[in-house]
Amino acid sequence: MENQYAIEMLHITKKFPGIIANDDITLKLRKGEIHALLGENGAGKSTLMSVLFGLYQPEEGEIHKDGVKADIRNPNDANELGIGMVHQHFKLVECFTVLDNIILGVEPCKGGFLNKEVAREKVMALSDKYGLHVDPDARIEDITVGMQQRTEILKMLYRDNEILIFDEPTAVLTPQEIEELMQIMKNLVKEGKSILFISHKLNEIMEVADRCTVLRKGKYVGTVDVKNSSKEELSRMMVGRDVDFTVHKKALAPGEVILDVENLTVESKMHRNNAVKNVSFQVRSGEIVCIAGIDGNGQTELVYGLTGLEGLKEGKISLCGKDITRASIRKRSASGMSHIPEDRHKHGLVLDYSLEDNMVLQRYFEPRFVDKAGFLKRKEIRAYANNLIEQYDVRSGQGPITMARSMSGGNQQKAIVAREIDKDPQLLVAVQPTRGLDVGAIEYIHKQLVAQRDAGRGVLLVSLELDEVMSVPDRILVMYEGEIVGELDPKKTTVEELGLYMAGAKKEGRKA
Amino acid sequence: MTLLLQYTLIFASVLVLVALGGCFSEHSGVINLGLEGIMVMGALGGALAMKYMSADTSSFIMIVVVILAAILVGMIYASLLAVACVNFKADQTIVGTALNMLATAGATVIVKAINTAENPDNVSSTMQYVGAKRAFLVNIDGFEFNWFMLVAVLALLAAAVTLYKTRFGLRLMACGEHPQAADSVGINVYKMRWAGVLISGALGGLGGIVYITAGVSEWKFENGVAGFGFLALAVMIFGQWKPGRIALAALLFGLFRALSNVYAGFGFLTALNIPGSVYNMMPYIISLVVLAFTSRKSRAPKSEGIPYDKGQR
Repeated sequence: MENQYAIEMLHITKKFPGIIANDDITLKLRKGEIHALLGENGAGKSTLMSVLFGLYQPEEGEIHKDGVKADIRNPNDANELGIGMVHQHFKLVECFTVLDNIILGVEPCKGGFLNKEVAREKVMALSDKYGLHVDPDARIEDITVGMQQRTEILKMLYRDNEILIFDEPTAVLTPQEIEELMQIMKNLVKEGKSILFISHKLNEIMEVADRCTVLRKGKYVGTVDVKNSSKEELSRMMVGRDVDFTVHKKALAPGEVILDVENLTVESKMHRNNAVKNVSFQVRSGEIVCIAGIDGNGQTELVYGLTGLEGLKEGKISLCGKDITRASIRKRSASGMSHIPEDRHKHGLVLDYSLEDNMVLQRYFEPRFVDKAGFLKRKEIRAYANNLIEQYDVRSGQGPITMARSMSGGNQQKAIVAREIDKDPQLLVAVQPTRGLDVGAIEYIHKQLVAQRDAGRGVLLVSLELDEVMSVPDRILVMYEGEIVGELDPKKTTVEELGLYMAGAKKEGRKA
Repeated sequence: MTLLLQYTLIFASVLVLVALGGCFSEHSGVINLGLEGIMVMGALGGALAMKYMSADTSSFIMIVVVILAAILVGMIYASLLAVACVNFKADQTIVGTALNMLATAGATVIVKAINTAENPDNVSSTMQYVGAKRAFLVNIDGFEFNWFMLVAVLALLAAAVTLYKTRFGLRLMACGEHPQAADSVGINVYKMRWAGVLISGALGGLGGIVYITAGVSEWKFENGVAGFGFLALAVMIFGQWKPGRIALAALLFGLFRALSNVYAGFGFLTALNIPGSVYNMMPYIISLVVLAFTSRKSRAPKSEGIPYDKGQR
């Protein structure tokens, strides 16, 4: 009987100092299937894939390819066995062209010189065959994330890989691009490739995967046929408890205006034009307003303008009736604005500071934390941090003295949320607060946002996730090319209508 | 005028060679601030070869041996940078600076030791190579053609072809831009960085011997190479790490350096009555001004200066 499995990972155990990342995990990939690997952050998915790709050597267990034991010591071995991987953070050289990136490492040469024409023909043929549209001569830094990802896929196909690993491929894509990717994955399988698809997004797994293996805290939970399963079952397997997908809120009771933005115009640093064009809106107390839109339509610049990270070109911002248009970031923070930033590594945390120091980043100068001579009250800071850690369930290796860098993404985000909410803000600006987080953490963050709203604060949520946009806010403002093109009520609108506004196909004349 | 052209070309040759050296190192991801020191060491190697070869050696052999000596010593010296920065992941700026300090001092000690061994009263750090130097020069109608000019042009062509037309160049630049990407497609980043640094040692050493034979027939090693290594770095940055532009930048800087040697030959310049030291300062002042205005837009290899650690992701 012919072996029906392309890859079998049998009883894999991989230990790191102080932690067992993979504990006796078995995963079998059938030929021609899309096999999802599901688990929370830190469940050991990436470690397992790194073992398969030859980046780590397991302590126990073995890997079989087509029924034959394989010894994979480095990515080159994996490549020779036909295993390719699209990494979560793309491995592309930004100033090279698409073509150069594809051939890097397996360059065709003639008489010692690069022969790019041969490569170009092969790439174009592959691109046609699988519907992967790319411009081979464009530089990576100039193309969209979607095209970058197609470049990564072409890299694998160019090397004639049969087993394709996708490490959280949708985290960086727009809804349309996700749709395209799903189609591409189906095409690849139709052509005989086998796909391992790492994700913690249940919708996507339900849509494309044939089977799904679930990991939890480094252990194997089970493998299920996706068509006989449900979102609820998968999430229960992943988290170990029932997850509530609906967001529970009190009845809407908007109060006075907290944030008033008038005719805001912000320049884009990258493109030398106005990224935010004459935008006006209000956020009242007791409501969550969501700025929706496809990434890169001015949301980032809008937030930069609001929070003071970037200067305004024109416009006026008032917070609780006070003009803060020209106020410094510290002043804005002191006036009651909290900010959960889009890039938690760049603007949220000082990664090489301890957790406790990160907790008081915006408050260290308050008399509570510093004495008259200017020395920090270390004991006070420690006590404050411990309090927040307990209250918000921030998990880390060494408590308040843990380096922020060493914490998991979900706990880094929890630390930021704790810090920002504990300031007792009037307005909470949360930018993609659940990006890259797993179901459990997302549920937690949503609860915190709603708690702020129910406590009579104003919440401005900026989100790219359609699920989030539809379930969390009370009002949706859709941004397209720097303008607010529509205001929608999430209870009355549909995903399709929202999509049309986001794509710029629909537009409404809005009262200021 | 011929003299100005001659000096411009020879100084530009030095700058091209050394800047290309920096270019290879930086494209592989290693900042080479030690070019100054590498030049001194290369110069010492070349000068020793000239000193110990008998005066009646044929010009061709003399040229080849001197070039090889300078290249070899430069490479050996540069391998210190490679060991420290690639294998031991040391801070590249600090190692480069250390190499500069060590080179001038080391060369001075060596030359003084040789001089005192020959003649106990001679404690200078000066080396002479009047006779040997003639091998490099061809007089064409008053223009002193120096074989090193040809070497520089060849190096320039070879560098451009290597970087843009070969597998090695593509891989080298990938290591300087995104070493993780290079590693993930099976390129050995450490080896490529070693290669980059060694090439920069070879070109830097060669530049050193060209510099000390340009115009003079003896060299006082206490002076090092008078900041020419740094000038070459400025040329490299002004040239945007691209061989073609580096050549143009080198010609510009070479011209100003040449002026300080020959300004006395121009009536209108002497009539201005500017002190000679102003002309000596020119290339350095120009590099300050040029970099102040252009470095904002410059695009260095993205990962240069960051030691590559396989374990870190």
